[in-house]
Amino acid sequence: MSMLPDLLLVMLVLGAALWTVAARDRRSSVIGFIALGLLLALVWMRLYAVDVALTEAAVGGGATGLLLLRACARLDSIDAGKPSAGRTLQLLIGFCCAAMGVGIAAAALGGPDLPPTLAPAVAANIDAVGLGNPVTVVLLAYRAIDTLLEKIVLIAALVGVWSLAPDDVWGGPPASLKLAKASEPLTFLAQILPPVGFVIGVYLIWNGADEPGGTFQGGTVLAAMWLLVMLAGLAEPPETRRALLQYLVVFGPAVFLISGFSGFWLAEGFLSYPTGFAKTMIVALEVALALSIAVIVAMMLAGPSARTPR
Amino acid sequence: MTMFWDAMTIVFVSTGVFFFLAGTVGLLRFPDTLTRLHALTKADTLGFGLIAIGLLPQSADVRVGLKLLVIWLILQFAGACSGQLIAQFEHRSRHSS
Amino acid sequence: MSDVTTLYGLCASGLIAIGIYGFSLQSEPLRRIISFNLIGTGVFLLFGVAARRAAAAGFLADPVPHAMVITGIVVAFAATALTVALILRLAELNTDPEENIQPEARDEKSA
Repeated sequence: MSMLPDLLLVMLVLGAALWTVAARDRRSSVIGFIALGLLLALVWMRLYAVDVALTEAAVGGGATGLLLLRACARLDSIDAGKPSAGRTLQLLIGFCCAAMGVGIAAAALGGPDLPPTLAPAVAANIDAVGLGNPVTVVLLAYRAIDTLLEKIVLIAALVGVWSLAPDDVWGGPPASLKLAKASEPLTFLAQILPPVGFVIGVYLIWNGADEPGGTFQGGTVLAAMWLLVMLAGLAEPPETRRALLQYLVVFGPAVFLISGFSGFWLAEGFLSYPTGFAKTMIVALEVALALSIAVIVAMMLAGPSARTPR
Repeated sequence: MTMFWDAMTIVFVSTGVFFFLAGTVGLLRFPDTLTRLHALTKADTLGFGLIAIGLLPQSADVRVGLKLLVIWLILQFAGACSGQLIAQFEHRSRHSS
Repeated sequence: MSDVTTLYGLCASGLIAIGIYGFSLQSEPLRRIISFNLIGTGVFLLFGVAARRAAAAGFLADPVPHAMVITGIVVAFAATALTVALILRLAELNTDPEENIQPEARDEKSA
């Protein structure tokens, strides 16, 4: 009986996934994917991974959803769907995929009764860092190199997106996010929500040290607020050649790198923190990183330059 | 006293769930976007408000209670605005075609 | 408790299978990206199941896989953003070379 909510949730998740794949038009598929992202946030809650749930809701449902919806709107006029494969082929591939799924399930669930775990190692060293949230400890202390590389990937992806701009508009602002027709409720929302959202974003970043939350979740909320203001047409996306924007993009990762190298003479080595200052440094790093993440995510969603620079 | 608060939670949350259910039935049964929106926004706003009230006595301290209230206010606001946006989109697409 | 993780393990495998099906059968690039993301979420969920099973030392789940999944979600988002930008640019180039010069004009037309 206690499994019933989980069973329902799993059926909803799989139903949303099937809908995403089988939906007739592109837009329905994207909406299915957004719903799936929100349902997965609930699944992560059930697996006691609150930090992941927040990330999935912010990124899987929110940012990726907005990205895909905008892509839909811009693709609509461009290409129509092509005919798909024949029924026999569909059945054959479906059968193969089902077999693959069964194999993955068997491999993943048939493991040893006592699976390997690093939780005791984290628990033993968490006090040395001084933070209350084990996930943040892993992200910014023990596996800081992963987090650093993740930021580099973000910058590389943004450079990739920007480099897709046609030559004649290089350095100009991205296409306006403004709707074709002004919408009063949206303008109202964009005027009232950002201060509140800003506080929530900062709260998530600050809270990430001891409670679920963190840089990426908070940064995405900040990005969402900026995007909302741009969608309502209250602000235009900045020119990509602007120095301030580019400094903001690299600010967080640069601070991260500098603090990493400073570990060589302040602490034991690369990316390690001096004893007693770990918490202070991590919180400062998180603030810097969140600022850059907010700018990177917002600019990625805004897309490459599309208008000639002034 | 705890029993009284627990009973209050049960009553308010169940009533809230009932309104959510009613809203969902409306969403599935009503014929077009505007009526569906009507069912969904009205019933869900009420349902969510009731659930928030029901959860208040369960909050550990005043801070948690205040957070619940803030979540309620934000959801109220977001729900009202998105309802308006969907209605506006529907209105415009009807009048343009 | 292991029953619940088994259930979510099955759910994760289902997501991967559905994702691979969509990825191999769909012809529209955007929908293939969505399917690829489905595969990704399935794999992340397997990490979550493993983390929950490895609960120890007073934690309800192993925090190390959680941190890896968060990094993974972020990287998946970055990759999705880049591929979507590529698709949009490709579609623009394929439709009408003239409109490339004024993407603004195309925006107004489609709006």
